[in-house]
Amino acid sequence: MINYIIRRILLAIPVLFGIVLVVFLLIRAIPGDPCTSLLGERATVAACERFNEANGLNEPVYVQLGLYMKNVATFNLGESIRFSRPVNQMLIERLPLTTELAMIGLALAVLVGVPLGVLAARRHNSVADTATMALANVGVSMPVFWLGLMLAYIFALVLRDTPFALPPSGRLSAGVFSTPYFEVWGWDLEPGSLTAKTHEYIANHYLFNNLITGQWTVFWDAVKHMILPAVALATIPLSIIARITRSSLLEVMGKDYIRTARAKGVGDAAVVGKHAFRNALLPVVTIVGLQLGALLGGAVLTETVFNLAGVGRALFDAIQGRDYAIVQGFTVVVAAGYVLVNLLVDLSYAYLDPRIRLE
Amino acid sequence: MKMMSRKEALDQLQAEAADSTRLFEKPLTQWRLALRRFRGRKSGMIGLGIVVFLILVAIFAPLLAPYGPTEILIGKEDVSRYGPPCIHLLGCDEASPQHILGLDGNVRDEFSRVIYGSRVSLTLGFFTVTLALVIGASIGAVAGYLGGWFDNIAMRFMDVILGFPSLLLAIAIVAVLGPGLRNALIAIAIVTIPQYARVTRAQVLGLKEADYVSASRALGASPMHILLRRVLPNALTPLVVLATLGVATAILEAAGLSFLGLGAQPPTAEWGSMLASERNQVFTAPHLVFFPGLAIMLTVLGFNLMGDGLRDALDPTLNR
Repeated sequence: MINYIIRRILLAIPVLFGIVLVVFLLIRAIPGDPCTSLLGERATVAACERFNEANGLNEPVYVQLGLYMKNVATFNLGESIRFSRPVNQMLIERLPLTTELAMIGLALAVLVGVPLGVLAARRHNSVADTATMALANVGVSMPVFWLGLMLAYIFALVLRDTPFALPPSGRLSAGVFSTPYFEVWGWDLEPGSLTAKTHEYIANHYLFNNLITGQWTVFWDAVKHMILPAVALATIPLSIIARITRSSLLEVMGKDYIRTARAKGVGDAAVVGKHAFRNALLPVVTIVGLQLGALLGGAVLTETVFNLAGVGRALFDAIQGRDYAIVQGFTVVVAAGYVLVNLLVDLSYAYLDPRIRLE
Repeated sequence: MKMMSRKEALDQLQAEAADSTRLFEKPLTQWRLALRRFRGRKSGMIGLGIVVFLILVAIFAPLLAPYGPTEILIGKEDVSRYGPPCIHLLGCDEASPQHILGLDGNVRDEFSRVIYGSRVSLTLGFFTVTLALVIGASIGAVAGYLGGWFDNIAMRFMDVILGFPSLLLAIAIVAVLGPGLRNALIAIAIVTIPQYARVTRAQVLGLKEADYVSASRALGASPMHILLRRVLPNALTPLVVLATLGVATAILEAAGLSFLGLGAQPPTAEWGSMLASERNQVFTAPHLVFFPGLAIMLTVLGFNLMGDGLRDALDPTLNR
């Protein structure tokens, strides 16, 4: 197993390197230069010169690449040209929202999708099966942004005077603030230090922060704001997971060892739960990993629809405004996260199926 | 299958031989068998029905749409911006002009725009997949057949593309190429190339050791001939399925890009951009958001169902 893990990690390195390289080259290929995009169309040549000098844009491309690789390796992601702030700081503020959104979306997709798939498979060809699969087909075909807008319309307008009303935008209601746990507990952190930044990053996961500190009004407010985006984001992965679970379980249920189990008198619940389910899980795990990429992509659309200041939205704005540092930093972090998750999926795959790690 | 005795079998063979017309019947090819299986799948047929319907709508759009897709009705009719749907049959005042799906923010007939939108989405889906399929299958076929350094480099590059969340990479590519429908098409094609390359490569790897390929090689056939005439035709099945499902994904992603303002540009009647330009009206004129989205969903659903049906039909071992 250790050998397998090491091999998989080594294989992920060239992919990460390639991703950093592709991002770097793509950014340089974007037409228009950051100077005119930032200082305006009428920026003087001298002003642009100073600007390029200050931001290291005058060096040859390969020197810029070398510098960039070095910086990425040391987690120095540079400074946003438009906001004059370190990209790290912006990540600390925006990444937690996207991770929370993606995690809740994924959890929802798995916790609803898998049972639905199991239900459909156990009642094969029944009304429940047909209905679930029809719904799953519709779910896969829905544009995230459309679903988001429709949910907002239903829950924020149609149901606005009922207990089911939910806010259509933002992370917290106006006037509600999330107090970081280290302030609640009166920790003395040196401002600007790595420890302080790490705690700040963790505390920016509002749901987690307010759950552990017991700020229930804030927590409940954050939950309410999270429901609609998470449901919109989860729909497609949920449908895919339900379908895969169903077909995988159906396939396993036809195997000889299931018949053997039944023949020796094992009850139905135990046959499905103990014998079939674990073996049916392999394709589901793969799909869950792959769906995370779709979730991160979908986050751009979801964050746009629900006016959330997350990584996806920031990335989109930065591409439009040619903010090199943000685009590079954020894309690298998101893609690295994606590669990491797929690595974990591969490893869990090896854990579930011993044949893979022995290959 | 029912077991039969030796005598029964002989009788049956004789009966078949006696029926001389059967001798001249075309043998059932793999594709015809698949077609027969496809017909038996209800969901696949529904998908095919939706797709055919949409193609007809796209072709006959000028006949179906009461107005032009970019025709502004100010001064022509007594209507206002964001006008709600007005259907005479459902009790809308006969005196006011009929607009089945209402009017958009530029006082254009929403129904006509939705109808014309099918042209954009279907064309885009078709060309995106063709582009990705041709490039991806070529890369995959050559990589799988040659192996060695080309295989290694090409496939590592495909890994890098797959390392990105696809929509994010598509956004970045459109940012480089500039917004617009054609560039959105290219971007989506690029991010989907690896799927086709991987599937083709896997197929070719399996097929190139097949006996009939070795036989061809022994007869002195050129690698090009073997690849194009012996290997690729037998590798087609999964590609057909992938391409059909790919049309669905392409349409969905293109709508997403248009929604972000990177795809089709106004005043083009494209569902994603129609939705984007009216999204702030979702509380006041929800019909302008609802119908374009419904159109996207229906189209994607059609191709998804058809793709699933094709997969079941073309691969009988997948007994789902």
